Amino acid sequence: MKKPTVELKLPILPNMELIATQTAEVIARHMHLTDDQSGEISMALIEACINAFEHSKTDSNVFIHFLIEEDSLVMKVIDQGIGFDKTKVEIPKIENKMGKDERKRGWGLQLIQELMDSVEFESNSDGTTVTMKKNIKH
Amino acid sequence: MSSFIKSTKEANQIVIIETDGYLNNEGGEAISAICYEKIKGGQHKFLINMAGTKVVNSIGVSILIEIIEKLQEVNGKIGYYNLAPIVAKTFNIMGLTKYSTVFATEEEAVGAL
Repeated sequence: MKKPTVELKLPILPNMELIATQTAEVIARHMHLTDDQSGEISMALIEACINAFEHSKTDSNVFIHFLIEEDSLVMKVIDQGIGFDKTKVEIPKIENKMGKDERKRGWGLQLIQELMDSVEFESNSDGTTVTMKKNIKH
Repeated sequence: MSSFIKSTKEANQIVIIETDGYLNNEGGEAISAICYEKIKGGQHKFLINMAGTKVVNSIGVSILIEIIEKLQEVNGKIGYYNLAPIVAKTFNIMGLTKYSTVFATEEEAVGAL
């Protein structure tokens, strides 16, 4: 049987990531996830959406796919932007950000990786897909 | 005042800011605007009551890091209470808890800051 899937198409507009988190909360309830798991999924989704909105350098929509599996939830955030090289993204540390006259941003990938059980990035000049998986412990 | 700021008050020379809603870029800037104005006026201790903020993003939280940095220049302090578990976890991952404190309640926070 085909796995249940929920698909969203988000325009790049302020706070559209909250539509994704509201959908994630409904799916989390359906899957009987804990409040902690639901919060982690929503936070990772927010960060993946913001990265897509800010760094894809495109006006194209961002697509989000939720794949409901028996023992996991898989979320894909797909943009059609310019892509990025993950090896060039520094792991942020607050110590390195203090005392410098610049914004303290750049935490998105770190948060996603800390909050999800596995994360994969596929990126090229046609766009980026971030695949995030949360294992469900029944 | 931004709708993100539900209220501000002072207790024991601590400025207490109560937030309401999504801590994003605009929310972070609303907090920092109050803090920077109060710092100019000589206030150096701040508490954020985040009972009404269940959702944050890293951009909004990064503005709190900027406030921490500014407070270090004046030997000031900032703390937070009534955090949702995911907000506390995010603060921990981003390292805010190395430079500022998460409290359980306002009473605990006002007593300790």
